[in-house]
Order: sequence, then structure tokens, then C-alpha cells
Amino acid sequence: MSDITSQSLFELTSNIKEKKLSSEEITKAFIDRAEKSKKLNVYVTDNFEKAIDQSKKFDSNPNFDLKLSGIPIAVKDLFCTNGVRTTAGSKILNNFVPTYESTVTQNLWSQGAILLGKLNCDEFAMGSSNETSFFGNVQNPVGENLVPGGSSGGSSAAVAANLTPVTIGTDTGGSIRQPASFTGTVGLKPTYGSCSRYGIVAFASSLDQAGPMTKNVRDCSMLLEVISSFDQKDSTSIDYKRNCYSKELSKDIKGKKIGIPKEYRVDNMPDEIEQLWKNGISYAKDCGAEIIDISLPHTNYALPTYYIVAPAEASSNLARYDGVKYGFRSPGQNLIEMYEKTRSEGFGDEVKRRIMIGTYVLSSGYYDAYYLKAQKVRQLIKKDFDDAFSSVDAILTPSTPSSAFKIDEKTNDPVSMYLNDIFTVPINLAGLPGISIPAGKDKNNYPLGLQLIGKPFDEQNILNISYALEDKINFKNDISDWWLSE
Amino acid sequence: MSKNSEYLIERENKQYEVIIGLEVHAQVTSESKLFSQSSTKFGAEPNTQVSLVDAAFPGMLPVINEFCIEQAIKTGIGLKAKINKKSVFDRKNYFYADLPQGYQISQYKYPIVGEGKVILDMPNGQKEIGIERLHLEQDAGKSIHDIDPNNTLVDLNRSGVALMEIVSKPDLRSPDEVNVYIKKLRSIMRYLGTCDGNMQEGSLRADVNVSVRLKGETEFGTRCEIKNVNSIKFMQMAIISEANRQIDLLEEGKEIDQETRLFDTKRNETRSMRSKEDAHDYRYFPDPDLLPLEINQELIEKIKSDIPELPDEKKKRFIDKFNLSPYEATILVSDIETSNFFEEVIKNSDVKLATNWITGELFAVLNEKNLEISQSPVSAKNLSKLINLIKDGTISGKIAKTVFEQMVDGDQDPLIIVKEKGLKQESDPKAIEELINKVIENNSDKVAEYKSGKDKLFGFFVGQAMKESKGKGNPQLINKILKEKLNG
Repeated sequence: MSDITSQSLFELTSNIKEKKLSSEEITKAFIDRAEKSKKLNVYVTDNFEKAIDQSKKFDSNPNFDLKLSGIPIAVKDLFCTNGVRTTAGSKILNNFVPTYESTVTQNLWSQGAILLGKLNCDEFAMGSSNETSFFGNVQNPVGENLVPGGSSGGSSAAVAANLTPVTIGTDTGGSIRQPASFTGTVGLKPTYGSCSRYGIVAFASSLDQAGPMTKNVRDCSMLLEVISSFDQKDSTSIDYKRNCYSKELSKDIKGKKIGIPKEYRVDNMPDEIEQLWKNGISYAKDCGAEIIDISLPHTNYALPTYYIVAPAEASSNLARYDGVKYGFRSPGQNLIEMYEKTRSEGFGDEVKRRIMIGTYVLSSGYYDAYYLKAQKVRQLIKKDFDDAFSSVDAILTPSTPSSAFKIDEKTNDPVSMYLNDIFTVPINLAGLPGISIPAGKDKNNYPLGLQLIGKPFDEQNILNISYALEDKINFKNDISDWWLSE
Repeated sequence: MSKNSEYLIERENKQYEVIIGLEVHAQVTSESKLFSQSSTKFGAEPNTQVSLVDAAFPGMLPVINEFCIEQAIKTGIGLKAKINKKSVFDRKNYFYADLPQGYQISQYKYPIVGEGKVILDMPNGQKEIGIERLHLEQDAGKSIHDIDPNNTLVDLNRSGVALMEIVSKPDLRSPDEVNVYIKKLRSIMRYLGTCDGNMQEGSLRADVNVSVRLKGETEFGTRCEIKNVNSIKFMQMAIISEANRQIDLLEEGKEIDQETRLFDTKRNETRSMRSKEDAHDYRYFPDPDLLPLEINQELIEKIKSDIPELPDEKKKRFIDKFNLSPYEATILVSDIETSNFFEEVIKNSDVKLATNWITGELFAVLNEKNLEISQSPVSAKNLSKLINLIKDGTISGKIAKTVFEQMVDGDQDPLIIVKEKGLKQESDPKAIEELINKVIENNSDKVAEYKSGKDKLFGFFVGQAMKESKGKGNPQLINKILKEKLNG
């Protein structure tokens, strides 16, 4: 048997069920490794003591009928966890301990999983490099001083570094898929309405979705099966029959029509990304898929549209962090002064930047020109996909326009940071499912991802195509454990 | 409306007309809040009816309370208004300590109910007041500034309670019309059970828009909005004071600033709260946590079929079926409890007498004791018994008043009172004749005077006969027999 922490979720669940490993052994193995991996800074809050207790409890009376029996899992610190501090990577929630559990995490625990701890992320999920976190940046295990992507950077790093078997992140404009791509892992953003948003600290409500982040496609299907559920506590949750994604997982994609959108060939795209895409296309052909050139004409407007819609919603969603009820408060002589000091000191620069953009685009006199127009463009982008899906089953694109960059490389250039999301934001705007799978490496040996976009509620299809491609690509993440301390 | 009933404010040969529009905030009668399951009960300990949603904890999401939607539709139907099949909840963004989300969920561009109307019964006829719209919104919490000298305290019990904002067209022209309008609106909602209309508990409040113009002018003047007035009396005072303030400004040749004002009830004057320049930019946008609200025709039809008879229809029925005067009918339908009481009484008794007794004796007692009709000390059942005693001649109207006085004390059965006190009317012609003979015998001088042409003395004989019968003689019979005896 290979080292515990390098095992996939599939292996670990099998080993637990076959009693080859105990929950305690597994939990301790991940905790031991985490203790030696502080340099990566993936944890904001650990739950190690309680996790060991729970694993012992599990072992003393094991229930093997669950989908995640006895499996320790760390989650992004955007999910509210009952009794465990939840910060959203922000100073303003530095002391916040929820008395309630998000539906998605509750789904994990209901299937026997154990909370390992809360993973670092960009502040309120606003960022593409995990550098906006109040708790400091996260190191990408792929290489020192490399960003792990964002906003689910702690999550992608934790999976890649074998600090959690799988994890869940959230994706508003690429926050699962881009970090997955940067760390050589798999990340899926489900259809909007697939996973409940109840108990997830909101960034942009019409775009936010939780999703699985894993080492491989099979684990991804197993985890999606657990976290996706209809929830009456979220009015945007959709009641539809969800697949048994892991059971229905299949490499047979013969005859599947895969669209290649010409608009994703952007200016200055590195040759290696172009090459990666070509490889993906030929692998798909090898698997019997049919490749069809398609057009998504409004692709160019997706990023500006996103940077109006998302900040607009965020500016309103973050109004509740005002120092009155919970979280950080900086006292003032009067209410207004308290607000100003609390929010000035409590929020970081990127969050403030987006609150200001959002407030501006919603202001009277600007609303029509920005917010309303962006909503119209959003409909056009959605229609592009609807049209395309009349002739194809899935769409294949690169996940990101580059591989992981150096820490601090883009912190002073927000626009270049935003450009990282160019291939991922249209999918959020259209509410579609998208998955990033590791597909190759650049000249520095840094991972690169390919993205598959599916029809609404058709996660099974993109999982199957990914499963087939994964087999052909045979990607091996080459991580040297450079950060480990004794 | 006739000319002499117009409400006009005079200034040196000039007459000003007052234009009023109301935004009424009516609390929806509902066990739980608009987007959460917390209780809406009035008067609980501060912050005991607050869910995580109401307090806007991170990750909490609003879930629409369908009952509140039905209540709004019901009210819309009661206002004869258009129900919009699709409406949208928006966020109205502003910061305040008692607004936990930092925004109020309201409806801005697409309200659930569109244009409708309310008919007012004014002394000189009916007047129609247009309804612009009705939308649903959340109430805020309550900031309490006078308990702690250094801090403001916040009570979130009210936070998230469902309100209907009912916006009238600027069709109201006088404080009296405002009075009748509010009462009519309240009556309709109480008939429907959609708002209890309790102004003391803040279930009904209004923002009052006031402008003035010279009589004959067709353009509206600049209006001011007086925020959050919580009684009809204060609304009327605020309107009069604000209209006079505006007229004074115009008379001085000054301009009126469009602004939001507050009414100071102690000083009986309005004062500026914020000018148009300082007006909040609420940055309304559709709440992305809630899907647009879609209502199907089926639901509307179902609610329509459950709508009870409303005051206007009931009034028409009372006039047509019971031959009541419009005035009597208006009084009896003004409140659903009153009309229910009336209908209960007339199930087994005379309509005309019932109308008179309810609007006369019963209302007097209720007024005197400051009671609602639901707390009436005399039940409908016993009142109808009393009326039947009058109708069948068992007691006279005069005796009935004595009986009624006693009934008030513990809702006693009038039959028992009449029996125990021997108040039954004497209707035996022989007995009446006997006592009339006695009166004639004892007053032979008066009889002579009467016969010589002093007709007015007839009343005297009636009085004497009644006295002789200890008040129990049947008046009709006494009259009849007296006439026979004296004129025969």
C-alpha cells in the first residue's frame, strides 16, 4: 500500500471499508503531514484535535455504508462550520465562529467525513492568487514562491500537497478551476443551482457555486455526488434528479461532439497553451469524440461583464460586515465613524476595490450604462452557449491563459490579475458546469489545465469526457515535497 | 364634489388647494416573517424573535414566505388592482444599525400589485382614490436611543417582518379625505385578514406627500414627504401644518424645496430631515438570492374564490336587501366586526330596529366604555331577543331602554329581565280600557277642555294612562282606546 496521504479518495474509502486502514490512521497521517507543511500556509484554522477524536469515534462504531466513511477533509474557509471559526480570509471575520453549518459541508459530514480544518483563500474569494488573504499567501507545492491560484488557493495547494484527500472550494469566476489548473489537480464548478449556497459566505450570489477539488476525475465524481443536493434554504437551488456521478462514470465517449470555440484563441496566448489545447483535441479524437469548430461570439465581453456583475453583487453582499452584529469592530465616536473605521481596517485592498467598483456601477445615473448593460450582455453570453450546445455535447478550452505565476508578480496590476479568469468567467455568467483537469506542463514544468464546459445539469458528460482524457493524458504531478520540515 | 365642501386654505383673496398622496406601510398578518421563520408576535422581549437570516449572518439566504405573497395578492384583489404575474425583489442598499443586511429587500420596478382603487364615502358623495401600486418589503429593526446614555440599542424583533407598501395616487385633497381613506384601507384589509391595522402597535404607518397649488392651477407644486406618521390624527395635523408652511413660503415669494421631512408632534410642525441633494442613492438592483416571483393564474383564481364580501359590496347588499340608508349602511360595514354583529342580530330579528339599536344604544355604550364591538357587553343573540320583544309588543321601546341598561351588566337575557321585573307590556284591551276609564274619571275637567277643542291635551291623557299602567301599557293600544273614548 502506498503512503496514506498520497492515496486518492477512492483508494482511501476502499481501504477503510476493507478495514485495511482506520479512520484514525488516515486522519493522523494527514495531520502529521500538515504539521510539517506549515510553510505552505494552507490552513487558516485547524480542527486537528477534534478530528482525531471524531476519527476514533468513527472507528469505535464504524458505519461503512456512507460515501465518505471516516474520511478527513479540509474545506475552504468560506464554508460556515458550526463551532469552528470561519474567516473568509478576512480580518473582518477574524473572530467569527458560526453556530450553523453550510449545507454543502453538512452533506460531507452526513456521509461520514470528518473536518480537518479550514483552508486559506483570497479575502471573500476575491482574487486569483490567494494573495489577498488576511492570513497571508499560500505556497504552491509545485514550486517555491509560486502562487497556487485563487481564490481557492489553500484548497488547491492542500490537495496537490497531499494535505487532504479531497476538498471543496467555491467558484465565482474560476476560483476552483484556475487553482486546480495551477496545481495539477482536478476542479469542477457545477451548474448554478446544483450545490446549495446556504452557509457559504457570499461573494457574488448569482455566480457563486461550491464544487469538488480532487486529485483525479473519479474522486471528483464521488465528491460531487455527495455535495450536490436540492436545498429549500437556498431559493436558487434547483430541484432536479442528480446522477450517481461515480457509478455512471465512463470512459466511453465515442461519438460525443466536442466544440472548439475560436474566440478562446486570445492574443499573446503562450504557444504551450495552444499546444496543450491541440493535444487535448487529438486525445479526444483518439477516444472517438467528434471535434466541431464553434463560435461563442460574445466571449470578449465576458470579462468586463463579470467585473461589473460580480462587484455589484459583492458591494451589497458585504454591506452586512459593518461592525454592528458580529466580527471585527473598530470603535468610533458615532455610528458613521464606527462604520468607516471598521470597514477601512477590516477589509483588504482588493475587497475595497471591488466594493467601490460595485457601488459605482449600481449608482443612480450609472446603473443603466453599467449594471443593466452587463446583465444584457450576460444574456447574450448565455445565448452563445445555448446556440453552441445545439450542435455539441461539450466544449473544450484551456483553463487559464498561463501557468502559475510568481508570488507578488501581479499584485500591483489588478487588470493582469483579472485576465487570469478570461477562460473561466463566461461559464459562471452562463451558469454552466465546467471542469479543469491537468493536461500538461509548461517549459518550467508547471502544470497546465484543460477545461470542459457542459450543458446545464450535464456534469456527468463532462466528467466522463474528462475521465477518458485523463486516461490518455496520463498526467503526473511532479511535486518534490520541498517545503517539508521535520 | 360640490364646491362648498372643498378644502381650501385662504390667504388674502387667494385660495390654495392641498394635494396629498400616501404611502401606507401595512404589516402583513402572518405568523412568520417575509423571508424567515421567526415569529412576528408583537411585544416580545427584545431580540427574541430573530433568526440568523434576520440578523444577516454570513451565508444566510432569504426564502420567501408564500403566505405573505398570498396576503399581498389578496389585498391587491381587495383594492381592485392588477396582480402582476411576474414581480421582482430588489435590494435597497443603505447603512443603518437596525438594518442588519445593509439592504432592505423590497420591490422597486416590478411590484406584485399594480394599479387599483379605493372608494371613499364622503358626506357629499363618493370619491375614488387611485392606487398606484402595492409592493412587499421587509421591515427594519428598531434603534432605541433613550435607554443607554452612551449607546444606541438595537432590537431586531421587527427586522424582516413583511410589510405591504400601498402607494396612492396624489388624489387626496383634504385631511378629512385622508382620514376616510386610511379607515377604508384598514377596513378592507381587516375584512381580508391581511393586516390588523393596529396603529398603536405600528402595524399601519404612512409617509405623507404634500404639495399645494392655487385653486384652478392644473400643475402640481413641489412636494415634500413627511416620513413615518403613525396615527390618523398626526397625519391630519402634519398635512395642515405642512400645507400652511408651503403656502407661507409661496406667499413670501420663496421656492419650496423637494425634501423629506419629519413631523414633530409636540410642536405641531414639520422639520427638514434631508434635502433632495442629500437623498440616499439606494442603488436598487434585483436581489440575486431570490428568483423573480412568478404567480400563476390558478393561484390568483384560488385566492379570488376565497375573498370574502368586501365593504363596498356589503354596503350595496345592505342597501338593496335591507333597505338601509347609505349612511346607515356605511356605518354598519365600516368594520367587519360590526357588520358581522349586525348580520348576526338580524338573523332572527327586525332589520330596522336592529340598525337603530346597534348604531344608537349599542354604539353609545361601546363609546362610553371605550370598547370594540368584538368586546360588546351585549351579545348579538341577546340583542336580537330584545328587538323581538319590542317587535312583538311584549315591551315598549321605552321599557326596552331600561332592559338594555340592565343587559349591559353581564350580557343578561332580556326575557329573564322582563319576567323577573314584571316589565311585560300590558296589551289586554280590557285592562287598558279600565285604566283609561280611570284616567277619564279622575280628569273630568280636562276631558271637558279637550272636547271643547283643546286637542293638545290628548298627549296629557296618554301620559296619564301610561303612568297609570306603570309604563307597561301598550302605547298603540292606549292611543287607540283613548281616541275612541274621547272622540266617541
